[in-house]
Amino acid sequence: MSTAASPRRESRWFVLGPPFLWLALFFLAPFAIVLKISLSEQATAQPPYRPLLPWSLDPESWRAFVQALGTENYRTLLADDLYWGAAISSLSLAAVSTMLLLLLGYPVALAMARAAPGWRPILVALVIVTFWTSLLLRVYAWMAILGPEGFLNRALLALGAIAEPLQILNTNAAVLLGIVYAYLPFMILPLYASLERQDAALLDAASDLGASPVRAFWSVTVPLSKPGIVAGLLLCFIPIVGEFIVPDLLGGSETLMLGRTLWSEFFSNRDWPLASAVAVVMTVLLVGPIVAYRNAELRRLEPRG
Amino acid sequence: MSGRRFTWFNGLALGLGLAFLYVPLALVVAYSFNGSRLVAVWGGFSTRWYGSLLANAPLKEAAWTSFRIAVLSSALATVLGTAAAYALVRFGRFRSRTLFTGMLYAPMVMPEVVTGLSLLLLFVALGLERGFWTVTIAHTTLTLAFVTVVVQARLTDLDRSLEDAAADLGAPPVRAFQTVTLPLVAPAVGAGFLLAFTLSFDDLVLASFTSGPGATTLPMLIYSSVRLGVTPEINAASTLMIGLVVCLLGAAAALSRLRGRQKGAP
Repeated sequence: MSTAASPRRESRWFVLGPPFLWLALFFLAPFAIVLKISLSEQATAQPPYRPLLPWSLDPESWRAFVQALGTENYRTLLADDLYWGAAISSLSLAAVSTMLLLLLGYPVALAMARAAPGWRPILVALVIVTFWTSLLLRVYAWMAILGPEGFLNRALLALGAIAEPLQILNTNAAVLLGIVYAYLPFMILPLYASLERQDAALLDAASDLGASPVRAFWSVTVPLSKPGIVAGLLLCFIPIVGEFIVPDLLGGSETLMLGRTLWSEFFSNRDWPLASAVAVVMTVLLVGPIVAYRNAELRRLEPRG
Repeated sequence: MSGRRFTWFNGLALGLGLAFLYVPLALVVAYSFNGSRLVAVWGGFSTRWYGSLLANAPLKEAAWTSFRIAVLSSALATVLGTAAAYALVRFGRFRSRTLFTGMLYAPMVMPEVVTGLSLLLLFVALGLERGFWTVTIAHTTLTLAFVTVVVQARLTDLDRSLEDAAADLGAPPVRAFQTVTLPLVAPAVGAGFLLAFTLSFDDLVLASFTSGPGATTLPMLIYSSVRLGVTPEINAASTLMIGLVVCLLGAAAALSRLRGRQKGAP
């Protein structure tokens, strides 16, 4: 159906071109560079890696360039338990916290969807404010609560529940708590979006047919909210695997996570090639979930398919 | 309506959920007015920490840098993101669509350390001097997709026949976009701008990777002092940032309501 308003082929590039080129240059191309530098070696130079891309078409310099590339950094990653530990604990912490988020977020999202229609926009606004509040500030708030001189320890001491302050800050438990807190709005909002759209008549039908409220919940409400569950799980799991701020501020020296490893290889050890190798590994681990997230977004925004 | 009652369990979940989300923030806000320097001991109401913020020159400098980066990057992201949304809704199945949507949605969930590192390595490879402009480019890349999602949702709802009518009356596509489409999606474009601004103003990780000397943003400054511990001064700075987010979101919500009124108009 080609109506008169359909932009013609040539003029399309004036609209599509700028965002397309921007993303190709500043999102896609950098990955090629990361891949290349992950195959380079660290050097005491500016920039701190070798070999550098030859800015000429001289075949000899390109041959030397390719020969200088190697898989040394990946072998370092594979050989060191530290990196295995970081990868395993990132993935397991992300899996555990995402499940916890679903368990905590679902009842809240359901309650929002069941609230009186007049209340719903207010409740959504309350969750959205925390969604957009800086992650740094929200993690910082927990430092004040969990610290040795913090609110929690003072309250427990005052109640006589403990004799001396507990070490909660800088433990893995604090990281788990911080991640659940930081990502809860990311779980609640997609769940709410799919629960709110559900037709109440379906539950009435289930109860007319003799289903108990519990049975109706598991056989009607939950299956129908599956798109929201999938979106919420992906929206939390993917960034948590690479999370940096929470383990850095709430974790201790034993808290190993990929995001923090990448950060310290880059900023503390100035080993750009190794940091790049960590980034490549993380991207490979997350490609599947990211593609699934894109497909979920497309289904949500383009219902006509 | 028996199936959709609001039960005591719903009430409990909602109450506990909102308390969990808000008590930590409320403590930060309340203790920014604490007269005492101690973290968790109330020493009477005082605004002294706001006074010392005003006297803190590096902090004001960082806030100004963050503000300028946020304005520029969200303006760029709004133009590019709106164009992307228009292309996705109106152009049908163009050839590079799969690649395009992939590049568009990936930055929204990609761990920020990966995006930050890869952008930095690009800037180094291109020989760009790191600072104000590189952070602006990084934030534009991050926030572009958020604008697209907001505008795309509005464009999808839009009655296509209005644009067709403009074209039938002889308006060239650019003119039809300017006089018909843009005014109708303007509230969504405005909301997208505010969301992009908020994201940029809050960002720590991308800025840390792509910034250089002389371009310290407010989150970078807060982060370096937070690592040393909790102080009432940071509480005051946090309270101001939370206040800013609430104002921006309020403005974005007001813009969306504007859209509702237009929808109801004949």
